[in-house]
Amino acid sequence: MVKIIEIEARLFLRDRLNSLFAVLFPSLLLLVLGAIPALRTPDANFGGQRFIDSYVSALVVFTLVFIGLQRLPAVVATYREKGVLRRLATTPMHPARLLAGQLVVNFVAVILSVLLLMLVGYVVFGVDLPHHPLGLACAVVLGGAGTFALGLVIAALAPSARAAGGWATVVFMLLMFFGGVYLPRFMLPSVIQAIGSYTPPGVEALQQAWLGTAPDWRHLAIMGLVSLVAGTVAAKTFRWE
Amino acid sequence: MAIIEVRDLGKRYGPRVAVDSVSFEVAEGEIFGVLGPNGAGKTTTVECVSGLRAPDRGSVSVLGQRPADVRAAIGVQLQDSELPERMRVSEALELFSSFYPSPADWSERLGLTSHLRSEFGQLSGGLKQRLSIALALIGSPRVAILDELTTGLDPQARRDTWSVIEEVRAAGVTILLVTHFMEEAERLCDRVAVFRDGRIVALDTPSALVSRVDGATRVRFVPSVPLDVSLLEALPEVTSVSSVGEQLVVSGSENLVHAVTSLLARRQVVARRLRVDQVSLDDAYVELTGSRDGEDH
Repeated sequence: MVKIIEIEARLFLRDRLNSLFAVLFPSLLLLVLGAIPALRTPDANFGGQRFIDSYVSALVVFTLVFIGLQRLPAVVATYREKGVLRRLATTPMHPARLLAGQLVVNFVAVILSVLLLMLVGYVVFGVDLPHHPLGLACAVVLGGAGTFALGLVIAALAPSARAAGGWATVVFMLLMFFGGVYLPRFMLPSVIQAIGSYTPPGVEALQQAWLGTAPDWRHLAIMGLVSLVAGTVAAKTFRWE
Repeated sequence: MAIIEVRDLGKRYGPRVAVDSVSFEVAEGEIFGVLGPNGAGKTTTVECVSGLRAPDRGSVSVLGQRPADVRAAIGVQLQDSELPERMRVSEALELFSSFYPSPADWSERLGLTSHLRSEFGQLSGGLKQRLSIALALIGSPRVAILDELTTGLDPQARRDTWSVIEEVRAAGVTILLVTHFMEEAERLCDRVAVFRDGRIVALDTPSALVSRVDGATRVRFVPSVPLDVSLLEALPEVTSVSSVGEQLVVSGSENLVHAVTSLLARRQVVARRLRVDQVSLDDAYVELTGSRDGEDH
Protein backbone atom coordinates (compact mmCIF):
# COMPACT_ATOMS: atom_id res chain seq x y z
CA MET A 1 0.00 0.00 0.00
CA VAL A 2 2.89 2.36 0.81
CA LYS A 3 4.32 1.60 -2.62
CA ILE A 4 1.02 2.42 -4.28
CA ILE A 5 0.84 5.78 -2.51
CA GLU A 6 4.45 6.53 -3.37
CA ILE A 7 3.92 5.81 -7.04
CA GLU A 8 0.59 7.62 -7.19
CA ALA A 9 2.33 10.62 -5.60
CA ARG A 10 5.07 10.51 -8.23
CA LEU A 11 2.46 10.37 -10.99
CA PHE A 12 0.62 13.30 -9.39
CA LEU A 13 3.77 15.40 -9.25
CA ARG A 14 4.79 14.42 -12.77
CA ASP A 15 1.57 15.95 -14.04
CA ARG A 16 3.05 19.36 -13.17
CA LEU A 17 0.48 21.61 -14.72
CA ASN A 18 -2.39 20.10 -12.75
CA SER A 19 -0.55 19.47 -9.52
CA LEU A 20 1.00 22.94 -9.32
CA PHE A 21 -2.27 24.51 -10.29
CA ALA A 22 -4.16 22.64 -7.59
CA VAL A 23 -1.68 23.44 -4.86
CA LEU A 24 -0.53 26.95 -5.81
CA PHE A 25 -3.48 28.58 -7.53
CA PRO A 26 -5.46 29.60 -4.41
CA SER A 27 -2.39 31.28 -2.89
CA LEU A 28 -1.51 32.99 -6.17
CA LEU A 29 -5.04 34.27 -6.57
CA LEU A 30 -4.93 35.61 -3.03
CA LEU A 31 -1.70 37.45 -3.85
CA VAL A 32 -3.22 38.94 -7.00
CA LEU A 33 -6.41 40.04 -5.27
CA GLY A 34 -4.49 41.36 -2.28
CA ALA A 35 -2.41 43.49 -4.62
CA ILE A 36 -5.52 45.58 -5.29
CA PRO A 37 -5.70 48.18 -2.49
CA ALA A 38 -9.51 48.32 -2.38
CA LEU A 39 -9.66 44.61 -1.70
CA ARG A 40 -7.38 44.76 1.29
CA THR A 41 -9.25 47.65 2.95
CA PRO A 42 -12.04 46.85 5.41
CA ASP A 43 -15.40 47.74 3.94
CA ALA A 44 -18.95 47.62 5.23
CA ASN A 45 -19.90 45.74 2.05
CA PHE A 46 -17.75 42.85 3.17
CA GLY A 47 -19.29 42.85 6.63
CA GLY A 48 -16.64 45.20 7.96
CA GLN A 49 -13.93 42.80 6.80
CA ARG A 50 -11.49 43.14 3.98
CA PHE A 51 -12.49 41.43 0.71
CA ILE A 52 -9.52 39.11 0.94
CA ASP A 53 -10.65 37.95 4.39
CA SER A 54 -14.13 37.18 3.15
CA TYR A 55 -12.71 35.28 0.17
CA VAL A 56 -10.36 32.78 1.87
CA SER A 57 -13.11 30.19 2.18
CA ALA A 58 -13.88 30.51 -1.54
CA LEU A 59 -10.22 29.79 -2.26
CA VAL A 60 -10.41 26.61 -0.17
CA VAL A 61 -13.59 25.70 -2.06
CA PHE A 62 -11.67 26.09 -5.30
CA THR A 63 -8.94 23.68 -4.20
CA LEU A 64 -11.42 21.08 -3.03
CA VAL A 65 -13.64 21.13 -6.11
CA PHE A 66 -10.72 21.34 -8.52
CA ILE A 67 -9.02 18.29 -7.06
CA GLY A 68 -12.22 16.42 -6.25
CA LEU A 69 -13.96 17.01 -9.56
CA GLN A 70 -11.39 17.97 -12.17
CA ARG A 71 -8.70 15.47 -11.26
CA LEU A 72 -10.15 12.56 -9.35
CA PRO A 73 -12.99 11.40 -11.64
CA ALA A 74 -10.87 11.79 -14.76
CA VAL A 75 -8.02 9.72 -13.35
CA VAL A 76 -10.29 7.01 -11.96
CA ALA A 77 -12.40 6.74 -15.11
CA THR A 78 -9.24 6.59 -17.22
CA TYR A 79 -7.82 3.83 -15.03
CA ARG A 80 -10.96 1.86 -15.68
CA GLU A 81 -11.14 2.63 -19.39
CA LYS A 82 -7.50 1.69 -20.00
CA GLY A 83 -7.90 -1.60 -18.16
CA VAL A 84 -5.54 -0.61 -15.34
CA LEU A 85 -8.07 -1.70 -12.72
CA ARG A 86 -8.77 -4.94 -14.58
CA ARG A 87 -5.06 -5.66 -14.74
CA LEU A 88 -4.71 -5.11 -11.00
CA ALA A 89 -7.69 -7.35 -10.36
CA THR A 90 -5.55 -10.30 -11.48
CA THR A 91 -2.91 -9.59 -8.82
CA PRO A 92 -3.16 -10.32 -5.10
CA MET A 93 -3.68 -6.55 -4.62
CA HIS A 94 -7.29 -5.45 -4.88
CA PRO A 95 -7.72 -2.57 -7.35
CA ALA A 96 -9.60 -0.64 -4.65
CA ARG A 97 -6.20 -0.01 -3.11
CA LEU A 98 -5.20 1.94 -6.18
CA LEU A 99 -8.27 4.15 -5.73
CA ALA A 100 -7.45 4.51 -2.05
CA GLY A 101 -3.95 5.60 -3.07
CA GLN A 102 -5.47 8.18 -5.39
CA LEU A 103 -7.65 9.55 -2.58
CA VAL A 104 -4.74 9.79 -0.18
CA VAL A 105 -2.51 11.62 -2.64
CA ASN A 106 -5.25 14.03 -3.66
CA PHE A 107 -6.17 14.72 -0.08
CA VAL A 108 -2.57 15.45 0.84
CA ALA A 109 -2.53 17.94 -2.05
CA VAL A 110 -5.63 19.61 -0.57
CA ILE A 111 -3.97 19.91 2.82
CA LEU A 112 -0.79 21.38 1.34
CA SER A 113 -2.80 23.85 -0.67
CA VAL A 114 -4.78 25.01 2.39
CA LEU A 115 -1.67 25.25 4.59
CA LEU A 116 0.10 27.30 1.94
CA LEU A 117 -2.93 29.57 1.65
CA MET A 118 -2.92 30.11 5.42
CA LEU A 119 0.77 30.89 5.41
CA VAL A 120 0.60 33.32 2.49
CA GLY A 121 -2.50 35.02 3.89
CA TYR A 122 -0.96 35.38 7.33
CA VAL A 123 2.53 36.46 6.28
CA VAL A 124 1.66 38.74 3.37
CA PHE A 125 -1.72 40.22 4.32
CA GLY A 126 -2.05 39.49 8.01
CA VAL A 127 -5.12 37.30 7.47
CA ASP A 128 -5.85 35.72 10.85
CA LEU A 129 -4.78 32.14 11.35
CA PRO A 130 -7.84 29.91 11.74
CA HIS A 131 -9.86 30.95 14.77
CA HIS A 132 -11.16 27.45 15.22
CA PRO A 133 -8.45 25.10 13.87
CA LEU A 134 -10.29 21.93 14.79
CA GLY A 135 -13.45 23.25 13.17
CA LEU A 136 -11.53 24.14 10.04
CA ALA A 137 -9.92 20.71 9.97
CA CYS A 138 -13.38 19.12 10.25
CA ALA A 139 -14.78 21.43 7.57
CA VAL A 140 -11.91 20.61 5.19
CA VAL A 141 -12.05 16.87 5.87
CA LEU A 142 -15.84 16.59 5.60
CA GLY A 143 -16.09 19.05 2.72
CA GLY A 144 -13.28 17.23 0.95
CA ALA A 145 -14.92 13.87 1.60
CA GLY A 146 -18.22 15.14 0.20
CA THR A 147 -16.61 16.57 -2.92
CA PHE A 148 -14.38 13.54 -3.52
CA ALA A 149 -17.38 11.26 -3.06
CA LEU A 150 -19.30 13.22 -5.69
CA GLY A 151 -16.28 12.88 -7.99
CA LEU A 152 -16.29 9.12 -7.42
CA VAL A 153 -20.03 8.87 -8.13
CA ILE A 154 -19.36 10.56 -11.45
CA ALA A 155 -16.44 8.21 -12.15
CA ALA A 156 -18.66 5.25 -11.24
CA LEU A 157 -21.65 6.21 -13.37
CA ALA A 158 -20.05 7.83 -16.41
CA PRO A 159 -19.78 5.41 -19.34
CA SER A 160 -16.35 6.70 -20.41
CA ALA A 161 -13.48 8.86 -19.25
CA ARG A 162 -14.61 11.59 -21.62
CA ALA A 163 -18.13 11.57 -20.23
CA ALA A 164 -16.77 11.61 -16.69
CA GLY A 165 -14.74 14.71 -17.54
CA GLY A 166 -17.78 16.43 -19.02
CA TRP A 167 -20.16 15.63 -16.16
CA ALA A 168 -17.57 16.55 -13.57
CA THR A 169 -16.99 19.92 -15.20
CA VAL A 170 -20.68 20.79 -14.95
CA VAL A 171 -20.76 19.91 -11.25
CA PHE A 172 -17.43 21.73 -10.77
CA MET A 173 -18.89 24.94 -12.25
CA LEU A 174 -22.04 24.70 -10.13
CA LEU A 175 -20.16 24.10 -6.89
CA MET A 176 -17.78 26.96 -7.67
CA PHE A 177 -20.80 29.20 -8.21
CA PHE A 178 -22.56 28.20 -4.99
CA GLY A 179 -19.25 28.27 -3.15
CA GLY A 180 -18.78 31.94 -4.02
CA VAL A 181 -15.71 31.46 -6.18
CA TYR A 182 -16.97 33.28 -9.29
CA LEU A 183 -18.84 35.97 -7.42
CA PRO A 184 -18.10 36.61 -3.76
CA ARG A 185 -20.96 35.37 -1.62
CA PHE A 186 -22.05 38.79 -0.37
CA MET A 187 -22.97 39.63 -3.96
CA LEU A 188 -25.12 36.52 -4.35
CA PRO A 189 -28.87 36.51 -3.54
CA SER A 190 -29.50 35.21 -0.05
CA VAL A 191 -31.20 32.06 -1.33
CA ILE A 192 -28.05 31.18 -3.30
CA GLN A 193 -25.95 31.91 -0.23
CA ALA A 194 -28.14 29.54 1.76
CA ILE A 195 -27.82 26.80 -0.86
CA GLY A 196 -24.06 27.33 -0.87
CA SER A 197 -23.90 26.61 2.84
CA TYR A 198 -25.19 23.11 2.19
CA THR A 199 -23.54 22.15 -1.11
CA PRO A 200 -20.14 20.51 -0.86
CA PRO A 201 -17.59 21.46 0.13
CA GLY A 202 -19.52 23.79 2.51
CA VAL A 203 -18.16 27.29 2.12
CA GLU A 204 -20.01 28.67 5.15
CA ALA A 205 -18.48 26.18 7.57
CA LEU A 206 -15.01 26.87 6.14
CA GLN A 207 -15.43 30.63 6.50
CA GLN A 208 -16.87 30.39 10.01
CA ALA A 209 -14.13 28.10 11.22
CA TRP A 210 -11.39 30.24 9.74
CA LEU A 211 -12.45 33.79 10.55
CA GLY A 212 -15.69 33.43 12.54
CA THR A 213 -16.07 31.71 15.85
CA ALA A 214 -16.95 28.11 15.04
CA PRO A 215 -18.59 26.21 12.17
CA ASP A 216 -22.29 25.45 12.48
CA TRP A 217 -22.47 21.74 13.30
CA ARG A 218 -25.50 21.38 11.01
CA HIS A 219 -23.39 22.43 8.03
CA LEU A 220 -20.75 19.91 8.99
CA ALA A 221 -23.35 17.20 9.53
CA ILE A 222 -24.76 17.83 6.05
CA MET A 223 -21.28 17.40 4.55
CA GLY A 224 -20.89 14.16 6.48
CA LEU A 225 -24.23 12.97 5.16
CA VAL A 226 -23.36 13.91 1.58
CA SER A 227 -20.08 12.00 1.86
CA LEU A 228 -21.85 8.97 3.27
CA VAL A 229 -24.61 8.88 0.67
CA ALA A 230 -22.41 9.70 -2.32
CA GLY A 231 -19.68 7.37 -1.07
CA THR A 232 -22.18 4.52 -0.76
CA VAL A 233 -23.65 5.17 -4.19
CA ALA A 234 -20.15 5.25 -5.69
CA ALA A 235 -19.16 2.01 -3.96
CA LYS A 236 -22.39 0.25 -4.98
CA THR A 237 -22.33 1.32 -8.60
CA PHE A 238 -18.61 1.24 -9.30
CA ARG A 239 -17.55 -0.91 -12.25
CA TRP A 240 -14.00 -2.21 -12.34
CA GLU A 241 -13.99 -2.62 -16.11
CA MET B 1 -1.50 -34.07 -11.70
CA ALA B 2 -3.77 -31.41 -13.19
CA ILE B 3 -2.83 -27.93 -12.08
CA ILE B 4 -5.71 -26.29 -13.93
CA GLU B 5 -9.06 -28.04 -14.02
CA VAL B 6 -12.01 -26.66 -15.93
CA ARG B 7 -15.24 -28.62 -15.63
CA ASP B 8 -18.31 -27.96 -17.71
CA LEU B 9 -17.68 -24.20 -17.73
CA GLY B 10 -20.54 -22.00 -18.90
CA LYS B 11 -20.73 -18.22 -19.15
CA ARG B 12 -23.23 -15.94 -20.83
CA TYR B 13 -23.47 -12.20 -21.26
CA GLY B 14 -27.15 -11.39 -21.39
CA PRO B 15 -28.66 -13.56 -24.10
CA ARG B 16 -25.30 -14.28 -25.72
CA VAL B 17 -23.65 -17.53 -24.72
CA ALA B 18 -19.91 -16.90 -24.58
CA VAL B 19 -18.79 -20.29 -23.31
CA ASP B 20 -20.82 -23.46 -23.17
CA SER B 21 -19.77 -26.63 -21.32
CA VAL B 22 -16.05 -26.33 -21.76
CA SER B 23 -13.88 -28.87 -19.93
CA PHE B 24 -10.14 -29.41 -19.97
CA GLU B 25 -7.24 -30.11 -17.68
CA VAL B 26 -3.71 -28.77 -17.82
CA ALA B 27 -0.89 -30.77 -16.29
CA GLU B 28 1.91 -29.17 -14.31
CA GLY B 29 4.69 -27.86 -16.55
CA GLU B 30 2.58 -28.09 -19.66
CA ILE B 31 2.12 -25.34 -22.25
CA PHE B 32 -1.52 -25.51 -23.17
CA GLY B 33 -2.70 -23.57 -26.20
CA VAL B 34 -6.13 -22.04 -26.64
CA LEU B 35 -6.96 -21.43 -30.29
CA GLY B 36 -10.02 -20.26 -32.14
CA PRO B 37 -11.53 -17.39 -34.09
CA ASN B 38 -12.50 -14.11 -32.42
CA GLY B 39 -15.60 -14.47 -30.30
CA ALA B 40 -15.14 -18.22 -29.88
CA GLY B 41 -14.94 -17.94 -26.09
CA LYS B 42 -11.18 -18.08 -25.60
CA THR B 43 -10.82 -14.88 -23.65
CA THR B 44 -13.85 -15.55 -21.47
CA THR B 45 -12.44 -18.96 -20.63
CA VAL B 46 -9.04 -17.63 -19.61
CA GLU B 47 -10.71 -14.81 -17.67
CA CYS B 48 -12.53 -17.42 -15.63
CA VAL B 49 -9.26 -19.29 -15.08
CA SER B 50 -7.52 -16.05 -14.01
CA GLY B 51 -10.26 -15.35 -11.47
CA LEU B 52 -11.44 -12.19 -13.22
CA ARG B 53 -14.87 -13.62 -13.88
CA ALA B 54 -17.06 -16.01 -12.00
CA PRO B 55 -18.48 -18.82 -14.15
CA ASP B 56 -22.26 -19.09 -14.47
CA ARG B 57 -22.00 -22.86 -14.58
CA GLY B 58 -19.37 -25.48 -13.92
CA SER B 59 -16.18 -25.07 -11.98
CA VAL B 60 -12.66 -23.83 -12.44
CA SER B 61 -9.83 -24.71 -10.13
CA VAL B 62 -6.18 -23.75 -10.16
CA LEU B 63 -3.81 -25.60 -7.82
CA GLY B 64 -6.93 -27.24 -6.42
CA GLN B 65 -8.44 -23.94 -5.31
CA ARG B 66 -10.69 -21.20 -6.65
CA PRO B 67 -8.57 -18.95 -8.91
CA ALA B 68 -9.51 -15.86 -6.84
CA ASP B 69 -7.93 -17.51 -3.78
CA VAL B 70 -4.57 -18.18 -5.41
CA ARG B 71 -3.95 -14.94 -7.29
CA ALA B 72 -0.36 -14.75 -6.07
CA ALA B 73 0.36 -18.03 -7.87
CA ILE B 74 -1.17 -16.92 -11.18
CA GLY B 75 0.54 -14.45 -13.49
CA VAL B 76 -1.71 -12.90 -16.08
CA GLN B 77 -1.06 -11.00 -19.26
CA LEU B 78 -4.29 -9.52 -20.56
CA GLN B 79 -5.29 -8.33 -23.96
CA ASP B 80 -5.71 -4.53 -24.06
CA SER B 81 -4.92 -3.65 -20.51
CA GLU B 82 -2.76 -0.60 -20.14
CA LEU B 83 -0.99 1.26 -17.39
CA PRO B 84 -1.25 4.93 -16.48
CA GLU B 85 0.19 6.98 -19.35
CA ARG B 86 2.88 8.64 -17.31
CA MET B 87 3.97 5.66 -15.24
CA ARG B 88 7.57 4.73 -15.97
CA VAL B 89 8.61 1.19 -16.82
CA SER B 90 10.70 1.06 -13.64
CA GLU B 91 7.72 2.23 -11.56
CA ALA B 92 5.43 -0.38 -13.06
CA LEU B 93 7.98 -3.08 -12.22
CA GLU B 94 8.43 -1.70 -8.68
CA LEU B 95 4.69 -1.43 -8.11
CA PHE B 96 3.89 -4.93 -9.30
CA SER B 97 6.87 -6.40 -7.42
CA SER B 98 5.40 -4.99 -4.22
CA PHE B 99 2.30 -7.19 -4.66
CA TYR B 100 4.16 -10.50 -4.45
CA PRO B 101 6.19 -12.27 -1.78
CA SER B 102 9.06 -13.33 -4.06
CA PRO B 103 9.21 -11.16 -7.15
CA ALA B 104 11.27 -12.13 -10.20
CA ASP B 105 12.83 -9.64 -12.57
CA TRP B 106 12.41 -10.55 -16.23
CA SER B 107 13.09 -7.04 -17.52
CA GLU B 108 16.59 -7.82 -18.75
CA ARG B 109 15.58 -11.03 -20.47
CA LEU B 110 12.76 -9.13 -22.19
CA GLY B 111 15.01 -6.28 -23.30
CA LEU B 112 13.43 -3.64 -21.09
CA THR B 113 16.51 -2.43 -19.21
CA SER B 114 17.26 0.42 -21.62
CA HIS B 115 13.68 1.67 -21.34
CA LEU B 116 13.29 1.77 -17.57
CA ARG B 117 12.87 5.53 -17.48
CA SER B 118 10.42 5.69 -20.38
CA GLU B 119 6.81 6.44 -19.61
CA PHE B 120 4.21 3.86 -20.57
CA GLY B 121 2.48 6.26 -22.97
CA GLN B 122 5.68 6.65 -25.00
CA LEU B 123 6.42 2.96 -25.44
CA SER B 124 5.95 1.27 -28.79
CA GLY B 125 3.38 -1.50 -29.07
CA GLY B 126 6.10 -4.13 -28.90
CA LEU B 127 7.63 -2.67 -25.73
CA LYS B 128 4.22 -2.38 -24.07
CA GLN B 129 3.69 -6.04 -24.86
CA ARG B 130 7.08 -7.01 -23.42
CA LEU B 131 6.43 -4.99 -20.27
CA SER B 132 3.09 -6.71 -19.95
CA ILE B 133 4.82 -10.10 -20.16
CA ALA B 134 7.40 -9.03 -17.56
CA LEU B 135 4.56 -8.00 -15.23
CA ALA B 136 2.78 -11.31 -15.75
CA LEU B 137 5.92 -13.18 -14.70
CA ILE B 138 6.97 -10.80 -11.93
CA GLY B 139 5.32 -12.71 -9.11
CA SER B 140 7.18 -15.96 -9.90
CA PRO B 141 3.84 -17.55 -10.74
CA ARG B 142 3.25 -21.30 -10.90
CA VAL B 143 0.70 -20.71 -13.63
CA ALA B 144 1.08 -18.06 -16.32
CA ILE B 145 -1.89 -17.07 -18.43
CA LEU B 146 -0.83 -15.25 -21.57
CA ASP B 147 -3.52 -13.81 -23.82
CA GLU B 148 -2.25 -12.89 -27.28
CA LEU B 149 1.34 -13.09 -26.17
CA THR B 150 3.07 -11.93 -29.32
CA THR B 151 0.42 -9.83 -31.02
CA GLY B 152 2.05 -6.56 -32.06
CA LEU B 153 5.59 -7.90 -31.94
CA ASP B 154 7.84 -7.99 -34.98
CA PRO B 155 9.06 -11.42 -36.14
CA GLN B 156 12.40 -11.15 -34.33
CA ALA B 157 10.82 -10.04 -31.06
CA ARG B 158 8.26 -12.80 -31.45
CA ARG B 159 10.98 -15.44 -31.68
CA ASP B 160 12.79 -13.89 -28.70
CA THR B 161 9.57 -14.01 -26.72
CA TRP B 162 9.09 -17.67 -27.61
CA SER B 163 12.47 -18.51 -26.18
CA VAL B 164 11.57 -16.57 -23.03
CA ILE B 165 8.44 -18.70 -22.75
CA GLU B 166 10.51 -21.86 -23.16
CA GLU B 167 12.76 -20.65 -20.34
CA VAL B 168 9.75 -19.95 -18.18
CA ARG B 169 8.45 -23.44 -18.80
CA ALA B 170 11.87 -24.89 -18.08
CA ALA B 171 11.57 -23.23 -14.68
CA GLY B 172 8.50 -25.41 -14.09
CA VAL B 173 5.77 -22.88 -14.78
CA THR B 174 2.55 -24.12 -16.34
CA ILE B 175 1.39 -21.92 -19.20
CA LEU B 176 -2.02 -21.27 -20.65
CA LEU B 177 -1.46 -19.56 -23.97
CA VAL B 178 -4.16 -17.90 -26.05
CA THR B 179 -2.95 -17.36 -29.56
CA HIS B 180 -3.90 -16.55 -33.11
CA PHE B 181 -0.61 -17.73 -34.52
CA MET B 182 -0.48 -21.37 -35.57
CA GLU B 183 3.29 -21.20 -35.86
CA GLU B 184 3.41 -20.14 -32.22
CA ALA B 185 1.10 -22.95 -31.13
CA GLU B 186 3.07 -25.54 -33.11
CA ARG B 187 6.36 -24.33 -31.70
CA LEU B 188 5.36 -23.91 -28.05
CA CYS B 189 2.28 -25.90 -27.13
CA ASP B 190 2.21 -29.46 -25.85
CA ARG B 191 -1.51 -29.60 -26.42
CA VAL B 192 -4.03 -27.23 -27.89
CA ALA B 193 -7.76 -26.77 -27.49
CA VAL B 194 -9.51 -25.38 -30.55
CA PHE B 195 -12.55 -23.27 -29.65
CA ARG B 196 -15.50 -22.58 -31.86
CA ASP B 197 -18.78 -20.93 -30.87
CA GLY B 198 -18.07 -21.23 -27.15
CA ARG B 199 -17.12 -24.90 -27.23
CA ILE B 200 -13.97 -26.93 -27.62
CA VAL B 201 -14.12 -28.67 -31.02
CA ALA B 202 -10.75 -30.40 -30.76
CA LEU B 203 -8.22 -30.99 -28.02
CA ASP B 204 -4.97 -32.74 -28.80
CA THR B 205 -1.28 -32.30 -29.50
CA PRO B 206 -0.57 -30.09 -32.51
CA SER B 207 0.78 -33.04 -34.52
CA ALA B 208 -2.22 -35.21 -33.72
CA LEU B 209 -4.54 -32.42 -34.85
CA VAL B 210 -2.62 -32.18 -38.09
CA SER B 211 -2.80 -35.90 -38.76
CA ARG B 212 -6.57 -35.82 -38.37
CA VAL B 213 -6.87 -33.81 -41.51
CA ASP B 214 -7.71 -35.92 -44.54
CA GLY B 215 -4.88 -35.86 -47.03
CA ALA B 216 -2.45 -34.56 -44.48
CA THR B 217 0.45 -35.37 -46.78
CA ARG B 218 0.69 -34.10 -50.31
CA VAL B 219 3.09 -35.33 -52.99
CA ARG B 220 3.62 -33.34 -56.19
CA PHE B 221 5.65 -34.49 -59.15
CA VAL B 222 5.86 -34.52 -62.91
CA PRO B 223 5.92 -38.14 -64.22
CA SER B 224 8.60 -38.83 -66.85
CA VAL B 225 6.03 -40.70 -68.96
CA PRO B 226 2.24 -40.28 -68.87
CA LEU B 227 0.77 -42.20 -65.96
CA ASP B 228 -2.72 -43.58 -65.52
CA VAL B 229 -4.23 -41.62 -62.64
CA SER B 230 -6.50 -44.52 -61.67
CA LEU B 231 -3.42 -46.52 -60.65
CA LEU B 232 -2.66 -43.89 -58.02
CA GLU B 233 -6.27 -43.63 -56.95
CA ALA B 234 -6.35 -47.37 -56.38
CA LEU B 235 -3.70 -47.10 -53.63
CA PRO B 236 -5.28 -47.33 -50.17
CA GLU B 237 -3.05 -44.50 -48.89
CA VAL B 238 -4.34 -42.05 -51.48
CA THR B 239 -7.35 -39.87 -50.82
CA SER B 240 -7.28 -37.71 -53.92
CA VAL B 241 -5.34 -37.05 -57.09
CA SER B 242 -5.46 -33.96 -59.22
CA SER B 243 -3.37 -32.67 -62.05
CA VAL B 244 -2.12 -29.16 -62.61
CA GLY B 245 -0.73 -29.01 -66.13
CA GLU B 246 1.66 -31.93 -66.38
CA GLN B 247 2.14 -31.97 -62.60
CA LEU B 248 0.23 -34.46 -60.46
CA VAL B 249 -0.82 -33.62 -56.92
CA VAL B 250 -1.52 -36.65 -54.75
CA SER B 251 -2.96 -36.26 -51.25
CA GLY B 252 -3.18 -38.94 -48.67
CA SER B 253 -2.17 -40.36 -45.33
CA GLU B 254 1.22 -40.41 -43.62
CA ASN B 255 2.56 -43.38 -45.63
CA LEU B 256 1.70 -41.74 -48.89
CA VAL B 257 5.28 -41.07 -49.98
CA HIS B 258 6.34 -44.68 -49.72
CA ALA B 259 3.24 -45.97 -51.50
CA VAL B 260 3.57 -43.54 -54.39
CA THR B 261 7.30 -43.99 -54.93
CA SER B 262 6.96 -47.80 -54.85
CA LEU B 263 4.26 -47.65 -57.48
CA LEU B 264 6.38 -45.39 -59.66
CA ALA B 265 9.40 -47.68 -59.25
CA ARG B 266 7.34 -50.72 -60.29
CA ARG B 267 6.14 -48.86 -63.37
CA GLN B 268 9.63 -47.52 -64.01
CA VAL B 269 8.36 -43.97 -63.98
CA VAL B 270 10.71 -41.28 -62.76
CA ALA B 271 9.18 -38.57 -60.63
CA ARG B 272 10.67 -35.28 -61.67
CA ARG B 273 10.49 -32.11 -59.50
CA LEU B 274 9.22 -34.25 -56.63
CA ARG B 275 7.94 -32.27 -53.62
CA VAL B 276 6.36 -33.48 -50.42
CA ASP B 277 4.25 -31.14 -48.29
CA GLN B 278 2.93 -31.76 -44.85
CA VAL B 279 -0.33 -30.12 -43.91
CA SER B 280 0.34 -27.58 -41.16
CA LEU B 281 -1.59 -26.80 -38.02
CA ASP B 282 -2.84 -23.85 -39.99
CA ASP B 283 -4.71 -26.14 -42.38
CA ALA B 284 -5.95 -28.27 -39.52
CA TYR B 285 -7.20 -25.14 -37.77
CA VAL B 286 -9.07 -23.92 -40.81
CA GLU B 287 -10.68 -27.30 -41.21
CA LEU B 288 -11.71 -27.44 -37.53
CA THR B 289 -13.06 -23.95 -37.23
CA GLY B 290 -14.30 -23.54 -40.77
CA SER B 291 -12.82 -20.07 -40.94
CA ARG B 292 -9.65 -18.21 -41.52
CA ASP B 293 -10.85 -15.45 -39.26
CA GLY B 294 -8.40 -13.99 -36.83
CA GLU B 295 -5.19 -15.57 -37.96
CA ASP B 296 -4.20 -12.75 -40.25
CA HIS B 297 -3.18 -10.40 -37.41
